[in-house]
Amino acid sequence: MNSRVIKIITSTAVPLNVQNIDTDQIIPARFLKSTTRDGFGQNLFRDWRYENDDPGQPKADFTLNNPLYDGRILVAGKNFGCGSSREHAAWALKDYGFDVVVSSFFADIFQNNALNNFLLPVKVSDAFLEKIFTVIEAAPETTLTVNLQEETITLAGTGDHEHFSFHPYKKTCLLNGFDDIDYLLSIRDEITAFEERKKALVLQ
Amino acid sequence: MAKTLFEKIWEKHIVKTIPDGPDVLYIDTHFVHEVTSPQAFKSLEDRGVSVLRPKQVVATADHNIPTINQHLPITDKLSATQVQQLTDNCKKHNIELYGLGHAYNGIVHVIGPELGITQPGMTIVCGDSHTSTHGAFGTIAFGIGTSEVEMVLATQCLLQNKPRLMRIHVDGMLGKGVTAKDVILHIISKISFNGATGYFVEFAGSTIRAMSMEARMTVCNMSIEMGARGGLIAPDEVTFSYMKGRKHTPVRDAWPEKIAEWRRLQSDKNAVFDKEIYILAKDIQPMITYGTNPGMGISIKGKIPTSAGMDDNGRKVYYQCLAYMDFAEEETLLGKKVDYIFIGSCTNSRIEDLRQVASFIKGKKKADDVEVWIVPGSRQVEKQAIEEGIQQIFEDAGFKLRQPGCSACLAMNDDKIPAGKYCISTSNRNFEGRQGAGARTLLASPLTAAASAITGYITDVREYIN
Repeated sequence: MNSRVIKIITSTAVPLNVQNIDTDQIIPARFLKSTTRDGFGQNLFRDWRYENDDPGQPKADFTLNNPLYDGRILVAGKNFGCGSSREHAAWALKDYGFDVVVSSFFADIFQNNALNNFLLPVKVSDAFLEKIFTVIEAAPETTLTVNLQEETITLAGTGDHEHFSFHPYKKTCLLNGFDDIDYLLSIRDEITAFEERKKALVLQ
Repeated sequence: MAKTLFEKIWEKHIVKTIPDGPDVLYIDTHFVHEVTSPQAFKSLEDRGVSVLRPKQVVATADHNIPTINQHLPITDKLSATQVQQLTDNCKKHNIELYGLGHAYNGIVHVIGPELGITQPGMTIVCGDSHTSTHGAFGTIAFGIGTSEVEMVLATQCLLQNKPRLMRIHVDGMLGKGVTAKDVILHIISKISFNGATGYFVEFAGSTIRAMSMEARMTVCNMSIEMGARGGLIAPDEVTFSYMKGRKHTPVRDAWPEKIAEWRRLQSDKNAVFDKEIYILAKDIQPMITYGTNPGMGISIKGKIPTSAGMDDNGRKVYYQCLAYMDFAEEETLLGKKVDYIFIGSCTNSRIEDLRQVASFIKGKKKADDVEVWIVPGSRQVEKQAIEEGIQQIFEDAGFKLRQPGCSACLAMNDDKIPAGKYCISTSNRNFEGRQGAGARTLLASPLTAAASAITGYITDVREYIN
């Protein structure tokens, strides 16, 4: 697993201007047979990335195969990560090298899965998303800076920026590298006490 | 204060609320399957943590298993390893496993209700987005990722923000040939496949009340296909009579006590929802999808919508989707040739689905150039289909009754639709490549699938029923 603490990320970005990208596209089901979390990056967007399911035949027009684009930030169309709950989608993005996904809308389960893997989903307005696509498609060397503390995303060069809102609890967790399971394990006693109370309630 | 059904269940399961943060939500029942659990067990072991409540966890192998020759070892090495790991993990952690070959094996969302494990008022999770199916019993049931599977194994809890609440009313009598599957495909086509993202949906109204439990499960199953975390329906006499006498259903004195408790699981009269939607049953026709997300549905006699009014990006995506399907805007689907029929999945693989198909095809033969796969949702459904003579009806018609599993719904095993071929599928997703790379999926009801299997082309079942 990559670094857990997320504060400020500055990187060039990879544009994927397609709406409604479902997790079956991010990682097709036939690659879910692994029993570990590693190695899913090689099959990220597999069917969009290669002709005839052959890694030797990259599709030239697909963004991951375009030598102009590189970076730790994926910028994707509205409603990213819908469909199947497979966390493998988040693992594949992270394993490929992305630390941030920017979109104007995220599906619920994907968002949780991303956060649990320290992959930052940044939700921007439709207008700002369009602006990012326009700028990076014209000048792929443009960097984006995502500042979690300030909740801002900024396009270098033009200086265009936008505020994104982030759940305060989750923000604290990401800034410090805490994950939910550490917290839940720390309150196991309270959970057991709750179970006792709940049992008593049912008996009443 | 008036409360919704969802709030009543949610509030009973809050262990504590983190200030400015999510609720710690207690989970009553956790279903586990072979594909989304191995990493969770591994990580748990790395932390040296045990499973907190093994008795509240139930496991099955369903996603990645063959649907023929289940008595033989699994030939695909990776699949075999995954299934073996589930077996080992369940053994190690004392978790009940209804594995391959077990008399109760089947698709996780079919066996939970079938065994009476799913009960009103519960919180239920599983590493599968169609966990929403269990909401048909008046439960809060939703899909989770593998990290969350690990959390629930370790602590029986999740950190959750309370979702917004939507209520969808469906009222009136459904027309002939119109089923629960058409109801939910109609709803999704109206509110779009992300129209309920961020919401939990309660389904209400006379149409829902008149549905059997299996039909209600079909409706709740596809809540996720409009983006919702889950869907639920208040329990009633239909629920209780379905549940009575099942393996895990409460017995003796506990049964009337439970029913009394469950009857209170209703949204109060003045309960407030963030959004309410009203649908009339008379407006619902048999539905079919033409595109690559479940919101792209039309009535079987309808035309594919035009791109007029879409912005450039929208039009680009729309044309790509139609190109993938090899359809054109304003085209009618009725009468188009199909290659495969898949009747199965957690949406439509229960005994009522199979009975409905059997009663329609009895005495008929499938079209010569169509391949028909029927995959029962569980071993119990399979057994029942054999005992009721349904299997014989299928065989006489040239349909193949396979063995239970998720099968061609997600094509993780060998049940794949070849590239470019059209498949009318009773499953829940028509995404690109979902049923196999390049496969073209048309979602529809078991009745529409059955009628099209007989003719060999997309058919309006109403033309063949009195």
